[in-house]
Parts: sequence; structure tokens; C-alpha cells
Amino acid sequence: MFIFTLKRLVSGVILLFVMSTATFFLAHAAIPDPTLGLLGSAATPDAQAALAEKIGTDRPVLVQYLDWLGGLVQGDLGTSWKNFQPVGAQIALKLPVTLSVVTFAIVLSAVLGGLLGVLAGLRPDTWIDRVVKAAAVILFALPGFWVALVLVMAFAVQLQWFPAVGYVPPGQSIPDWLRSITLPAISLALGAVVMIAEQLRNAIIQADGQDYMRTLRSRGLSRPRLVTHLLRNSAPPSLTILALMFVGLLSGAIIVEQIFALPGVGPLTQSSSQNGDIPMLLGITVITVVFVVIINLLLDVLLGWINPKVRVK
Amino acid sequence: MTAPLTDNIGSREHRRGSTFVRLLKRPAGAISFAILVLIVLVAVFAPLLAPYDPNFVDLAITRAAPSPEHPLGGDTTGRDVLSRLIYGTRITLWGAFVAVGTSIVIGVPSGLAAGYFGGRTDRIGTWISDAVQSVPGMIILLIVGANTGNNFDLLMITVGVFMAPGYFRLTRSTVLAVRNEPYVDAARVAGLSNTRIMTRHVIRPVLAPIVIQSALTAGMAMGMQAGLQFLGIGGGTTPGWGAAMNEGFRVMRTDPLLLLWPSLALGISIAALAVLGSTLADVISVKTTTLTRRQRRRLAATNADALPAGAVEAATGSVSHAAADSAVRLENLRVKHETPRGVVEVVHGITLDVAPGEVLGIVGESGSGKSQTVFSMLDLLPKSGYYTADAIWIGGEDVTRLPRAARAKLLGHRIGYVPQEPMTNLDPSFTVGHQLTEPLRAVHGMSRSVAKARALAMLERVGIADPARVMRSYPHELSGGMAQRVLIAGAIAGRPSVLVADEPTTALDVTVQAEVLELLRELQQEYRMALVIVTHNFGVVADICDRVVVMRSGSIEEIGETTRLFAAPEREYTRELIAASLDGAESRGELDRAAREPAGSTRAADPAAATQNTDASDEADRREVRA
Amino acid sequence: MSTIEKPLLEVSDLVVAYGTRREPTPVLHGVSLQVGAGECLGLVGESGSGKSTLGKAVLGLVPVASGTITFDGRDITHAKGRDRRELAADIQVVFQDPYGSLDPLMTVGDILAEPLATAGTGRAEAKAAVGEMLDRVRLPKNVLDRYPREFSGGQRQRIAIARALVRRPRLIICDEPVSALDLTTQATILELLIELQRDSGVSYLFVSHDLGVVRRVCHRVAVMYRGDLVETGDGEQITNDPQHAYSRRLLMASPVADPVLQAERREAWLALRAEQAA
Repeated sequence: MFIFTLKRLVSGVILLFVMSTATFFLAHAAIPDPTLGLLGSAATPDAQAALAEKIGTDRPVLVQYLDWLGGLVQGDLGTSWKNFQPVGAQIALKLPVTLSVVTFAIVLSAVLGGLLGVLAGLRPDTWIDRVVKAAAVILFALPGFWVALVLVMAFAVQLQWFPAVGYVPPGQSIPDWLRSITLPAISLALGAVVMIAEQLRNAIIQADGQDYMRTLRSRGLSRPRLVTHLLRNSAPPSLTILALMFVGLLSGAIIVEQIFALPGVGPLTQSSSQNGDIPMLLGITVITVVFVVIINLLLDVLLGWINPKVRVK
Repeated sequence: MTAPLTDNIGSREHRRGSTFVRLLKRPAGAISFAILVLIVLVAVFAPLLAPYDPNFVDLAITRAAPSPEHPLGGDTTGRDVLSRLIYGTRITLWGAFVAVGTSIVIGVPSGLAAGYFGGRTDRIGTWISDAVQSVPGMIILLIVGANTGNNFDLLMITVGVFMAPGYFRLTRSTVLAVRNEPYVDAARVAGLSNTRIMTRHVIRPVLAPIVIQSALTAGMAMGMQAGLQFLGIGGGTTPGWGAAMNEGFRVMRTDPLLLLWPSLALGISIAALAVLGSTLADVISVKTTTLTRRQRRRLAATNADALPAGAVEAATGSVSHAAADSAVRLENLRVKHETPRGVVEVVHGITLDVAPGEVLGIVGESGSGKSQTVFSMLDLLPKSGYYTADAIWIGGEDVTRLPRAARAKLLGHRIGYVPQEPMTNLDPSFTVGHQLTEPLRAVHGMSRSVAKARALAMLERVGIADPARVMRSYPHELSGGMAQRVLIAGAIAGRPSVLVADEPTTALDVTVQAEVLELLRELQQEYRMALVIVTHNFGVVADICDRVVVMRSGSIEEIGETTRLFAAPEREYTRELIAASLDGAESRGELDRAAREPAGSTRAADPAAATQNTDASDEADRREVRA
Repeated sequence: MSTIEKPLLEVSDLVVAYGTRREPTPVLHGVSLQVGAGECLGLVGESGSGKSTLGKAVLGLVPVASGTITFDGRDITHAKGRDRRELAADIQVVFQDPYGSLDPLMTVGDILAEPLATAGTGRAEAKAAVGEMLDRVRLPKNVLDRYPREFSGGQRQRIAIARALVRRPRLIICDEPVSALDLTTQATILELLIELQRDSGVSYLFVSHDLGVVRRVCHRVAVMYRGDLVETGDGEQITNDPQHAYSRRLLMASPVADPVLQAERREAWLALRAEQAA
């Protein structure tokens, strides 16, 4: 188990290295002269040259890369080219907002999706099963921001149950914090909820058809006990999907935060990309990939606990 | 003997039309397909359909309400909303096309290679695919979009790259499944090159899943595209739906219609694609029908009332003991299954019994209904099946008259079950110990320590050398023979008076089979259990059974004492089955010698007798309903 | 071990290992056997004995670690690419699973013509050859435009046999060809295999776990146990009176379809088991 975890950790570090390197060169290829975007209308050849010297883009790209990588290894994400503040600190300021929304969305997906999936899977061909199936088809395909717009129109503008925009930090008021992230989280989670529910439903129905379920029945076990066996055997694929959803939710959050005017990583990403603030963009990429690696590691440990075969391999 | 099998091949199976026709026959398929055709037509004929130039500004209609000249009104800068929506269809479709095309071009060939060649190619491909999936695509899209002058095609290609892992995984897993099929090996042996095997055997099964995946991917690409435009990326001056949504969002409180129209257009397009994809998937995968719960309840009710006599097909079989003295007694048992072609009766009213301490064999070929018979005894038929019977006596009690809960209680107490496949009949997620002690604690109310002691004793009894270690093991750590012993231990742990074994040795090696049969015989004698053993092997019957029931196509051919049945079978069919066992038949050497003397001995007729039966057995094959 | 003067297939000291290069798990440890022209050699053993692996090695479906496989005097141990494809004219296969061994998306006609098309046979000639093969396996001509799913297990196995025979090979590897079939179907397929061998003089390497089956079709029988060949001899002798301890255990463990004989055999098996335990 320890070796297994270690292996996954090494693989995660390699992934982090490869992805940050790829993003570095992609960003430099996409933004050949960042000073133009950074200075905007104030761009003159002299000002551009001065800025290039200050942020070091007058050096060869490879030198810049090694420099950046050196910082990364020491945990330093560099300074922003826009306001010359440390990248790490700025992201740390915005991260709680995005994490609030995404975590809330994940919890919603897991709880609601799990519940619906179990209900539909244990009673296939009932109304709840049909609703889950139909909802899964359509809601999964619809993008989160589309759902967000519909929710805003319905619940914020028409019914006024939730604030349309803005973020209340949990330190200020927990209920208001929850209210401020509920609609964003729902719009992100809706697709994931139905996806998880459908996946779990199918897995439960499949497990229910397995030979060992018949044998367990033949031993006289009660329905709740049989369900325990079903759940343990059908959980892994849904957990895998949940982990995969995490990345999708982070992507989706960028737009949804825009709609709800939440001061999260989304608006930061957008402004940085418009300005050509490469260190900031790289920092955001690195931090998201770190989160993805951690989530996958947790998933692997969890799957190993549920499914004994994984542990041996 | 040499007659062609023309009769039993019969007329060509009725084809249910092409997949496409079947798709259109479903309302969901027809509607979603019609919507998509409409969308494509709108895109193609946009210049003819749109009443105005999408970028023409008429300040007079700024935020105008719908009117006859402008059916959907004007937008915030005074452009005709309808015309912009119509031209937006073009952009939306083109973007989805570019993204899906990119995804397919990258994902499918790499998936094919990874699945077919395996090994290192597979590991590298999978790693890259996982890596791409772990990057939030939106960040990269923002980087690409904001700084390449909002190049729309380039953006959609990037979207395609991020969706390629979906195709890669799908293609890879389909190819992996196909690659392990013996027909691919057969093609290789037939002298086909890798390229030919790929094009002739491997690519075709991948096509249908790819079409389905493409419908979904196109929908998601449309969503991504609109999302980017909503953020002001990749829109430019073109009248995209996402851009229109952004505009509408800003004036949502005053002019909600401006947000409504593009949202509707996008929502309907994506939903139509999603519904089309899922309906197509439904049409392609053959589904087994199951009874609804209401139907099942109604059936149970009629069952409780007991069916009137004079049913469709006369019952077969007989009983040898009084109902009260028998361990199990079936009276006029019928088993039916729901199939796509309607309800099929697979057991046509059989009657049999077994006394306490007796070993009864139920023997027959596939499709004879032997397994269905014992699953009815256990009340463990698969979901598509149900039974009716005049009576089922277990331990002197007619269990068809018992309430559900009382009937279920027999399991684990009075009747035990040993399955066919040892490896698939243990729950892979729990230890052997848990699976043995759980029923003892939950059903028999033992304490943890008592249950554990009993489980250890049972494992020891069934001949497991190191019971403590096996208790801690997971099923995949056991051999087939060990797993079967564990299953037998589990079946007898509740001290049942009847043990039902469904082909208990078929999946085992011969040397293990002998051990397991010996074990079953010992346990049966030790506990004076009635043992019902289902098998297709007359050697097993000869070894262990006191009496035999021979079944064929859902009816009983004959019932008799084992020695009598082998010595003097009443039915021709029984004789043929015994002859087909090859025990005592001529060896190849004898056959060759007989062939050299054309006069032939009388014994050479044996294979001919078996051959005559081909038609019947092939037919049974076809009728076979898989449980 | 008896040697044949001019064997069609000669396997000597064959070693095959699965697993990674660093941790190979040997499944065949130096097996040698010969198959003569027109002969049927049975290969019996239980799961894990390596009997199927041996067949796959001859077909080139698994890599050989050491030893040689000679066909008609030619070393084919490591034949690859074009060389291996050329062998298709001489060595063919019939697999166990009659459901998986035919491509479900191809018609029977295409399945049977495929080996000929690969060999570059003309269309008309191929059609005639396929028609003749159908006759020989006793299937009517109207099966040609149907799909495998329309046939029963026994009929599919006839199709698979026809495909193996269509290029008139000299050796067919039969990998448990009847073990997935019902008893009565099994008997007719064995009959067909014997008849085809008499007519065409093809050789069989017949892999099976069933002593009764190999006794019926095989002239000679080789018994395998955990990757080793323990005994080779005349079919009748091995299936009646084997010499090696394992072969005897195998025979005594196989139940006979006769209560009286089986009671005797069980006594013998119990005695043998007690002897081994002691």
C-alpha cells in the first residue's frame, strides 16, 4: 500500500512537471510580446523595452524557463508582471472563493447524485429511475454557465430567493456565505449530479446481476445487507467519475464566477490572460494541477480500500 | 448421418430493419433527428432565411420589442435578433464540427494503436490522455484565445484537443475487448496482416460507439464555444449565440427576452444532440425486458390463488414419496421468461420430488430447463423470469402459500445452494471470513466469536488446510477448487436439510471435481441432507446420484433409480445421451480398424445414433434462454 | 517416447514464459513432441498444464523463449511477418469458443472466403472452394449470407472447421474444439473431424481436458502436467492403462457414465489418494 501510494505520488510529480512545462512554452508561444498587453495603450518602444528588462523577457525563453522552474522547485511561483506582487499570495487570496464553490458543488454531486443513483439502481423502471435517466441525458450535456443563467433568471431575478451576484466570506456570516455560493454551486453541480446518479444506477444494476448476489441471497441475507454488498461493489466507477469531474468543475467555475461576480480565480485567470500576465497564468495552472494530483491520490487510496484487487497490483 | 442440416437452420431470422430506421421509429429519436436536420438546414440557408444582414445597425430598433418586421425584436445596438440567431447557427455548427473533427483525428487513431498494440504504446497513450484530462481546459483556452487575436478555428481545435481523451478511452477499451476475441487470433492464423485485421475486424465495432460519442461531444463543444464567446473570447464581430447571451445577460433585468432567445437556441441544440446520442445507444444495445413491479405483483397474486388445472401443456414427471415425507416436491412447475420476443415458457409443467437423505440428479443438455427448475426451488430466478406451480413442498410445507418473508426465510435455514462458477460467486470486495460469518450473525443470530468459530470449523470440515489464513483472504487470492470449498462451507453452515447444487463441478478440473464430489457425498451422509445436483455429465450422475431426472427442452423425459436408468433406459433420448458420453465407446484405433473392414460391427452404429440427434440438440441450443 | 521417422510437426525442448522480461513465469519447461502426417495427437491436461500454450506457440500467437518448432523440416520457431503469414496455407486452428471465434459483424460467406482472399485466390475459385467446404462440413449453401449469431454452437463450430480447412492445410491445431458443446453435438463434431481427417489426410494437434474425447479422436496421446509432458503413448493405452502417476490420477478422477464401473473407479481413486497422502 505504501509503495503503491509512493508510485502514484511520483507519477503525480511527473505530471505536474510535464504540464507546467507544456503550459510555459504554450503561453510563451501564444504571447510572443507580453509587454504589449501589459502596457496596453501606454505602450511605447521605450516603455516596452524598460518593462521587458524589468520582467526579464529580454532573455532567451529557455533561460526564463530554467529561472521559473528553479523558483517552482523552491515553492516560489514568481511575481506578477502586472502589479509585481507575488503570484502565490494573490492566488491564495482568490482561492478560497473558488474552492468554496467547487467543494460545495462536489459535495452536492456526491450526496445528491449518490442518493438518486442508489434509489434508481435499487428500483429500476420506477418513476425515479426514468427521471434520473432522462435528466442525465440532457443536463449532462448542457454547460454550467447556461444552467447558471437560467437559475439566475429564475431564482435571483424573478423569485429573489438568492442574491444574483456577490460573495460573502464565511468569516462574515456563514448563512450568507452559503446563500452566496448556492446558486453557483448548483449550476456547476447539476451535470455532475446526474452523471454520478446514472453511473451509480448502472453499476448497481450490473452488480445486482452478478452471480455472487444470487449466492448471498441464497444465504438468507436481508435486503439492507444485500444493499451493502451492492454499494461496495458499485461505488468505484462513480468515485472515479467524481474525481474526473473536479477538473471539469474548476474549468466551469471560471465562467460561472463571472456570471455571479464572485471574486475567485476565474476572473483573475481571465484578466491575466488578457493582460498577458504569464507568471500568474502559470501559477494558476500549477496550483490546479496540484489539486488534481491530490484528488487523484485520495481517490486511489479510497479505491484501494474498497476494492482489494487494486491493492495487490 | 450425412444429411445436410437444412431443416434446423430454417428460414432467415427476421431482421428488424437498419439501425437508422429503428432510431426513427422511436419518438425521441425522430424528434431530436428532425430538430438537428432543421438546425443544419437553417445554417446552410442562412442568407435566404435571415430577413436582415446580421450586422446591419438600425438605431430605431434598439432594444425593440418583437414586431412583424422584426419577429424577435432588436438587440442593444439595434440589430435584428432573429437574423443574428440564424447566422449564429452557422458559427455554432462549424465550431462543433471543427472540435469534433479534431477530437476524432487525435483520439481514434491513438486509441486504436493503444488498444491493438498494447504494452508500451498503450501505457504512453493512456498517460498522455490522463494528463490532458487533468488540466482545466478553460485556462489553456483563455491563454490561447486572448492572445491569438481570438482565432475562432484555433480555439475550436484546442477545444477538440481537450475532448480527444474521451475518444481515446472509448476506442481503446472497445479495441481491447475485440482484440482478445478468438476471431482476431483466427484472422492472424489465417494469414491476415495487422493492417488487414485492423480494417476488417477491429475498426467496425468501434464505429457505433464513436457516432454516439460524437453526438455528445458536439453538444459539449457547442457549450464550450458559447461559454468562450460569453467571456468575450473567439466571438469577434460574428453573431455567435454565446456573445448574444452575454449581451442579454447584461440587460437581463430590463430586457430578459434578449437572454432568452440565444439561450433557447443553444439549449435546444445541445439537448437534441444529447437525446439523439442516447436514443442511438439504446437502439444499438439489445436490452432485455423485465417485468414492472406491478406486473410481478399481479403474477404473485395469481400464483397464490393457484392456477386451475388443465394448463396448456401436460405436466411431465412423477413423485415417489408422500408430500409430507419429501424434502422437496415440485408439482406442475412452469417457468417463464420475458424476452424481447414476448413471454417464453422454458419449463413446461414438471413434477418431481426428493426424499430426505436422497441424492437426486437433474440431468440434461443446455436449454433443458434444469437450472431454471432448481432456481425455482430456491426462489432465486433471474429478474426476467417467474414461475407458477400447483405446489412446491419443502420440508412438508407448501411454500407457494407462504407470505414472501416466510418464503425468503427458508433460504439459509432449510435450503442451501452451491453454485456453478466458484470464482464469480464470492463477493470480490469482502474477505472470505466476512462472507461466511455475516449470514451466521445476521440470519442465525450468533455472536461474532461464535460465528467465527463456526466458520473456521466449517472451512476445516470442507478440507481447507489453513482456515485462519483463508478467512482473511479475498476471493481473488483463492484457487477455483478452494473457492468452491468455501462456497460449500457457506451453503452448509446454516445446517440446511436440502442442498441444491447447480453444476457444482463443471468449472473445475477433473482431479478437483473428484475431490469436490467426494466432499459433497460425505457431507450429505453426515448431515442426512437431501442433495439435488444439476449436471450435464453422466459420469457425475453415475458417481453420486441415487435417482435421476432426465430433462429435455423443459420437460421431464424420464425419472428412475440410477442403476436402472443406466442399465435399461426407458427412453431413446436417455440412451442417446448416455452413449454420447463416449465412455465405453470405441477408441480412435478401434474406429479406424472398423473402417478398414467395411462390413462393420454392430457397435459402429453408436455414433450414427448420436448424429441423428443433432437436430434436436441444435434446436435446443437456439431456444436456450440464458439465465 | 516413440519417434516418428518423418514428423510433420516437431517440437523440441520448447520453453514459453509469460509475464515481464524481468519476472518471467515459465508455463512450458522444455516440452518435446512430434505429430506425423495424417495423425491426430491428443494433448491432455488440466488448467495451467500449458497444453493450450503449446498450441498457441505453434501458431505463433505466443513468443517462444527457447527450443525449436519445426514444420515439415522448416524451423518456424520465430517465424514473423511474411513467413508467418505464408504458414497460413499449412497450419490452421479451431478454437474452443464457438461464440467468440467468428466475427459477429461478418457473414459466414465472408468469414470462409477471408483466408482465400488473403492468399490471393480469385473470386470465382474462392466461391467454389467455399461451396465445397460447406458440403464437407454438412452445412447448406444458404448459410453464406447469414451472420454467426443465427447459428447454434454446433453449427458455428462447423463453420469454424470449414474456415480452418478452406486452404487445405496439412495441420490443424484443435484447441478444446468440443468442450463448449452439448454432449450429443460434441459426438457429431468429433465424428466430422475424424471423417475429414480420413478424407484429406490432415494432421491434428488436439488439445483437450477430456480423456474420453481424446480417446475417441486421437491416435496418440501426450499428457501434460504443470508445464511438463509427463507421458506420451498410444491413445488406447494412455486412456486405459496409463503409467505415470499423474496420468493415473487423472484417469481415476474422471467419472465413467456407468454406476457399476464408476463405483469401482471411485474405489481405485480413493485408494490412490490414500496412497499419496501416506
